[in-house]
Amino acid sequence: MTQTNHIGKAPNRVDGPLKVAGAAHYSGEFNVPDLAYGYVVSSPIAKGKILKIHADEVRALPGVLEVFSHENVPHLAWLDKSYKDQIAPGGSPFRPLHAPDITFNQQPIALVVADTFELARYAAALLRIDYEQEAHETNLEAKRTEGFVPGKGKAGFQPPPPPRGNPDKALANATHSIEAEYAHGAQHHNPMELFTTTVEWRGDGKITAYDKTQGVFNVQNYLTSVFGLKKEDCRVVNQFMGGGFGAGLRPQYSVFMAVLASLELKRSVRVTLTRQQMFSIGHRPNTLQLLKMGTNPDGTLASLQHHALHETSQFEDYTENIVNWSGMLYQCENVKLGYELAKLDIYSPQDMRAPGAASGNVGLEVAMDEMAYAAGLDPLEFRLRNYADRDQNVDKPFSSKKLRECYQQAAAKFGWETRSQEPRSMRANGKLVGMGMGGGVWDAAQKKSAAKAIISADGKLTVRSGTGENGTGTYTIMTQIAAETLGLPLEAVTFELGDTDQPEAPIQGGSWTAASVGTAVKDACDALGEKILKLAQKPADSPLKGAKYDDVEFVNGQLRLRLDHDQAVVLRDVLQASGETQLEADSSAQPNMAKQQPYSLHSHNVAFAEVEVDEDLGTIKVTRVVSAVAAGRILNQKTARSQVLGSVVWGLGMALMEETIMDHKFGRYVNHNFAEYHIPVNADIPHIDVIFVHEDDDIVNPLGVKGIGEVGMLGVTAAIANAVFHATGKRVRDLPILLDKLL
Amino acid sequence: MYPFTYSRATDVADAVRDKAGHDGSAYVGGGTNLIDLMKMNVEQPAHLVNVAKLPLSKIEDLPNGGLRLGATATNSDTAWNEQVKARYPVLNQAILAGASPQLRNAATNGGNLMQRTRCYYFYDIATPCNKREPGSGCSAIGGFNRVCGILGTSEACIATHPSDMCVALAALAPTVRVSGPHGERSIAFEDFHRLPGDQPELDNTLTEGELITSLDLPEKGFAKHFAYLKLRDRHSYAFALVSVAVGLEMDGDTITEARLALGGVAHKPWRDQSAEQLLKGQPATAETFGRVAAHVVANAVGRGSNDFKIELARRAIVRALKQAAEGQQVAGDVYLGGQ
Ligand SMILES: Cc1cc2nc3c(=O)[nH]c(=O)nc-3n(C[C@H](O)[C@H](O)[C@H](O)COP(=O)(O)OP(=O)(O)OC[C@H]3O[C@@H](n4cnc5c(N)ncnc54)[C@H](O)[C@@H]3O)c2cc1C
Ligand code: SF4
Repeated sequence: MTQTNHIGKAPNRVDGPLKVAGAAHYSGEFNVPDLAYGYVVSSPIAKGKILKIHADEVRALPGVLEVFSHENVPHLAWLDKSYKDQIAPGGSPFRPLHAPDITFNQQPIALVVADTFELARYAAALLRIDYEQEAHETNLEAKRTEGFVPGKGKAGFQPPPPPRGNPDKALANATHSIEAEYAHGAQHHNPMELFTTTVEWRGDGKITAYDKTQGVFNVQNYLTSVFGLKKEDCRVVNQFMGGGFGAGLRPQYSVFMAVLASLELKRSVRVTLTRQQMFSIGHRPNTLQLLKMGTNPDGTLASLQHHALHETSQFEDYTENIVNWSGMLYQCENVKLGYELAKLDIYSPQDMRAPGAASGNVGLEVAMDEMAYAAGLDPLEFRLRNYADRDQNVDKPFSSKKLRECYQQAAAKFGWETRSQEPRSMRANGKLVGMGMGGGVWDAAQKKSAAKAIISADGKLTVRSGTGENGTGTYTIMTQIAAETLGLPLEAVTFELGDTDQPEAPIQGGSWTAASVGTAVKDACDALGEKILKLAQKPADSPLKGAKYDDVEFVNGQLRLRLDHDQAVVLRDVLQASGETQLEADSSAQPNMAKQQPYSLHSHNVAFAEVEVDEDLGTIKVTRVVSAVAAGRILNQKTARSQVLGSVVWGLGMALMEETIMDHKFGRYVNHNFAEYHIPVNADIPHIDVIFVHEDDDIVNPLGVKGIGEVGMLGVTAAIANAVFHATGKRVRDLPILLDKLL
Repeated sequence: MYPFTYSRATDVADAVRDKAGHDGSAYVGGGTNLIDLMKMNVEQPAHLVNVAKLPLSKIEDLPNGGLRLGATATNSDTAWNEQVKARYPVLNQAILAGASPQLRNAATNGGNLMQRTRCYYFYDIATPCNKREPGSGCSAIGGFNRVCGILGTSEACIATHPSDMCVALAALAPTVRVSGPHGERSIAFEDFHRLPGDQPELDNTLTEGELITSLDLPEKGFAKHFAYLKLRDRHSYAFALVSVAVGLEMDGDTITEARLALGGVAHKPWRDQSAEQLLKGQPATAETFGRVAAHVVANAVGRGSNDFKIELARRAIVRALKQAAEGQQVAGDVYLGGQ
């Protein structure tokens, strides 16, 4: 065993001490001198026109610097294109303060900037605005028949594959069949940290934006094209984030507002949204799903049909992959998948943890449970009978897939064999007991990423890549990868991220950061390693003479022959002998298409849940969850486990409480605060077991990692919903399952 | 939030004088409700008189055998007070069922009585609300009213009083002692909060400038047979959809005295004295509990998304009565509430 073998271990977060000591700076904590504060004014109506903004009344207050609105906003980029960020959906992106039209409730319509936050907030409260209100529609039910098939506007969106086989005929001929509709309301990401941007005015039209974002380059591109800035004049930084969950994938209006004010006032400006305004920046859309399934006499799926309809705004066709997963998770020859959008007077939805999959998975996995019952099969047995060894959507084998092992290990740990199939057949503590399960599948993606590695003569390594850390553990796993590649202790390595001055990395989403940036980090360190090897081979008596890079390894501060550990040099000696103060190397890592193309690349998981239901009162307590995940190689057992724990909590919230409530009369979300928008608290969370089923996979990427941030959320919601059915015999098909639905 | 001036009162007379001397002023205790309302521009006091440090934080025996809870004692200190735990455990349980430890550490007893409704529309100045802006209309009627009331509502307002503590107090029937510009007086707890009628802007019967100084609990605490049952949308840190406080005195299986109050259902903590009469002298059976529960909700009116509360309240009453009769609950570290 070596001490510099870090990958797969469970080191603590390298940034943990900074966080607990308050030394990790978030976007709202860069207290640059002479800072002005902006407060956003939000529309109280869902649709209409602004007739007049009585801004002069407010400008007259001492200390108020300016009121920005469409009435005075300077000339900005004109083309829609300039406002499109990397993952903008099709359509016309929302342009803040662009026109008098109001297209959604809580639309930002003005920014009041003042010397203090308190004054800006007060002035914003005083600002009188005259509106002309128009009739709005925010109810998806009203648009049931007006769905349309969206184009392929958004990066990452895959229209569902065409039907295969003859799904309708197979359904008609099925031995058993089911048909059901599933629904869930809107949900908002609500990371703890509010969206905040501090723009530092560096003089001469140059700015640094400390912005809450999951993609500094995405924001930089947006700002340069909207405001006509040069890249070198517009640095974007985000080194720490108090949660993102997808809310920070697109540039939010907070950064637009702060930069606008800074450029106009030639002064540093901070804009922070309120919790209420956090309900105006995108959400998981309200979705209706229709599932039809039928089985053959042997319990295999004869037909599977899944159709989804969800809301989008009037101006963008937000899309996510909801139904596609249903064509690949189980073996079925007759499949029909449909996907439609309906336009409402709301803001565009936005990717939220496991976007699409989290929604579609509930429909699919609850329907699978219903189908299992209709066919008289144990839900796990039913899934095993329909296990997919190939991805039938694309007709390719999986690069690796250990879902079967997930089923087996999780079922054993959970004690699934103690379950009796009949609903309402289990009781404990005077309550009905239910056990349910659900599984899922998620992409194992890799995106182009760059990194730079620098080693100083004293053996300290710094690696940089402009990726993000929204609490997932990026700092830690990149430090592990770099340290292991060059045989260093973790303490000798510093990983830096979140700055557009660094090599470019993709937005931090899709669970692809470990695979993408991790590969770039490894490549940069390997490139540096090659340089070090050359230096080591310079002396005539070098024990490594003639060795190729593949013949050597970096271990415990040494560089040595893989096959003869005695032939070694000390890394620091090599660096010092070289006379260089530092060495550096760059990488730009791309997915190996030739290697990946023949395969379908996915992670899988399963969750088992147990609930206790008070029959009289409808209260539900989740008593246990076991989650098993097969996501390639796990880089850090501790941070990966935390990701899965968090995902289970999310899944539980989606099942039992989380929902943004729209009052359709006002076209306005009404529970827009943390007292009323319920997410689980400690008391709701049971014991959670996390199992990682290791997969050896050198096809997905050289590190063999598949990403862990989202897959763990799948299955959980359905497992709980199915457990509630098992306990009570009541099938609740609209989430969340609040107690009144069981009365 | 609107600008305001601030002072910290040193004694009761000083507080009352200070408030009377400032138009549009308000007392502030822990600030856990008022400051939120100010941030959302629902309330805009021009001056705050901080009463949290007044010498009213004691919990002490009364000569009549009762217990005095100082108005500025925190909810936590009240819940954990040994006398409260031993003699009024239903109050301990009700307080611990509310909010979070952090909030309870800041919240005062006076502030708890005075906290405003959690009706969503009351908090959102973009929507009409008769309680916030008399005459503007009630958005909850015909809107989202899951959190609204089913008993004693009016066409002007269907809001509920959100407190847990006050539901237990309603069952224990203390007097509320207040001090104001016109001197001191005592108000029976029953008469403290009011129904909305056509003046939903008034939550209670305090007159201008009056300060709550204490809650005087009578001797009887129902320490043996009590229950506080809270039903909500998550297991902690959520307001009650329906809550029930019960205190019973029993002779064998016969109920000799009963107290029954509900939360989450009305504009005030809903004590039902006619139901209490129905329980008196009856055997503690499912049949009795069912009859009484049906009686309590007989005149309940649902408004759409809160329709379920009628049935939920009925079942919760049955459960809480059963728990109380069996003596299941204990005052303790965590709220056990029977969920
Ligand atoms: C997120 C959240 C969740 C909560 N959940 C619950 C819950 O589940 N159950 C529950 O019961 N409560 C809950 N609460 C409410 C909490 O109990 C109240 O906010 C608290 O009791 C108010 O006390 P305070 O001292 O902070 O009042 P303040 O906010 O200081 O004042 C509230 C009102 O009382 C007035 N006031 C204060 N003291 C006096 C006095 N001595 N005399 C006259 N008037 C006075 C003030 O002028 C103001 O109008 C929750 C609160 C929050 C923020
Ligand atoms: S119920 Fe009362 S508080 Fe709620 S909107 Fe109606 S008037 Fe306002």
